[in-house]
Amino acid sequence: MDTSLLVIQTLNGLQLGLLLFLVASGLTLVFGILDFVNLAHASLYMLGAFICASLTYAVGNFFLAVLIALPVTALLGWGVERFVARPLYARDHLDHVLATFGLILVLDTAAHLIWGPEGIAVPLPEAFRGQIELSETLVIPTYRLVIIAAGLAAAGGLYWMVVHTRLGMLIRAGASNRVMVGALGINIELLFGLVFALGAALAGLAGMLIAPITEASIGMGNQVIITAFVVIIVGGIGSMKGAFIAALLIGLIDTLGRSFLDDIFKLVMSPDAAENSAPAISAMLIYIIMACVLALKPQGLFPPKVR
Amino acid sequence: MSTRTIATLVAMALLAVLPPIFFYTGNAFWLDLATRLTILAIAAVSLNLILGYGGLVSFGHAAYVGLGAYAVGIPAYHWLYGGLESLGLATTSGLVQIPLAMVVCALFALVTGAICLRTKGVYFIMITMAFAQMVYYASVSIEEYGGDDGLVIDTRSELPGLNLDNPIQLFGLAYLSLVVAMLIVRMITRSRFGMVLRGAKGNAERVQMMGLNPYAYRLTAYVISGAMAGYAGALLGNFTTFISPEMMDWTRSGELMFMVILGGASTTGGPVLGAAAFIILEEVLSHFTIYWHLPFGLLLIAVVLFTRGGLMGFFRGRK
Repeated sequence: MDTSLLVIQTLNGLQLGLLLFLVASGLTLVFGILDFVNLAHASLYMLGAFICASLTYAVGNFFLAVLIALPVTALLGWGVERFVARPLYARDHLDHVLATFGLILVLDTAAHLIWGPEGIAVPLPEAFRGQIELSETLVIPTYRLVIIAAGLAAAGGLYWMVVHTRLGMLIRAGASNRVMVGALGINIELLFGLVFALGAALAGLAGMLIAPITEASIGMGNQVIITAFVVIIVGGIGSMKGAFIAALLIGLIDTLGRSFLDDIFKLVMSPDAAENSAPAISAMLIYIIMACVLALKPQGLFPPKVR
Repeated sequence: MSTRTIATLVAMALLAVLPPIFFYTGNAFWLDLATRLTILAIAAVSLNLILGYGGLVSFGHAAYVGLGAYAVGIPAYHWLYGGLESLGLATTSGLVQIPLAMVVCALFALVTGAICLRTKGVYFIMITMAFAQMVYYASVSIEEYGGDDGLVIDTRSELPGLNLDNPIQLFGLAYLSLVVAMLIVRMITRSRFGMVLRGAKGNAERVQMMGLNPYAYRLTAYVISGAMAGYAGALLGNFTTFISPEMMDWTRSGELMFMVILGGASTTGGPVLGAAAFIILEEVLSHFTIYWHLPFGLLLIAVVLFTRGGLMGFFRGRK
């Protein structure tokens, strides 16, 4: 195992973890406050990527495109809340899963209709195309650091908002007892709509950030949504702190597992067996972790106190 | 007889009569559709046992179908290319493959169910999905059996007195299996065991207060359901003669759930009506437009928003 690979993969893991957090934070907010399971959450991640891609070509600047695309995805999220989620709050989780499963089909096909079957590549601004050379063997693309910085900034901003603003206070209050918040004269429908829009914007941001690396493509959300659910389940549904820690954990374990698991296996078994089993195990690793966590703590690592 | 029973009987009669007519009039396409529908209906019936009657929302049922199909494909593969003879698993005999499918699925259900059933609500939904994803990724990464590209089943299961290469015989087997599966589920849910299972869905604490352990009942139902889905998978493998991890994708599990809900959960005939409506809609819509997922998704949302009790909700049940 060489150290420069380890450093690079750790950074990659960190990047994945932060992107997962952006998706998972909205998911856990919506579940914690609205008690709503939204499978279609990552469709907004996909739409964010597509909208940002189109805008990048239209306005000619990636960052301007992100700034315009954020409110657009927030608006889409608000629409999802208004027309699909709101009539379902009183139903059970099974209905949520089915309806939002249908919504995934609708949004995926809508993206197919609007943007065509091919993915759209997003060009990076000149300034971030370079690489930073830390040593002879250690070269990191600048844009990866931009993603990490943006992810940390978003996480920090979210923390500040939840802990120090009036809206954040209402969100926390809503998470512990939404009926009481409503009884105290807060417009609970508006609050729910805002929470959904905020979650959509965060997921959209994740999609926009990853688009220059992977390009925007149909179905890009369907893999992320499952991983994001693993994150919020491991972290404890409704817990922001849990989502953050679990997202970094899952991101790092997944990335490092894929690159180093065969080396670790070789310590305890024959090279052949290690080569054969490592890819399978590393692909399953995050699910194995989730199963272990739930077997020991059925409510996740940081279960919300009041429920 | 309630209208619900009549609806079920009419549906089953149509399903018994139409496919042979298709076959003898040379409509191979429609017979194929009927066979696929029947096999998926078995899987939906098995899911209904835990989802409908048990209230256990399993979001990983496609994994059992996939495992069942691989239990046909892998022995057939070794029969052709060698290997595993010592275990007796290099065979095309359906008398080995089908029990193998059911045992493997029952064991998988026992081990994963023991963990899953410790959790509740959305945690249960997601952990069942997580285990299905594990199977999915395992099958993707096992190169010998085709990995991502899937595995072609060169020889169908050999059963005494049956030739599964003959499409009408394959359909006949599937249809008979569906009837038996429906009867088994009906019998289970009306027995004392089923009463406890349904009671635990309504109120687990009360069942516990009566001195019964819901966990054990749920786990048993979970294992039975898994074995039945494995059987459906073995038939599906014989029908498609091709298996790929894609059969176990989480969206497939979602489709099975939709079949149960669309038809009407916790009814004997509901899953069959649901599977039929699902497959026929899919076929008709995809015939008109490649964008058929759009109306299909809207329909799914509409069904959840505006109907209670699925298609079976239109018929009056026994009071």
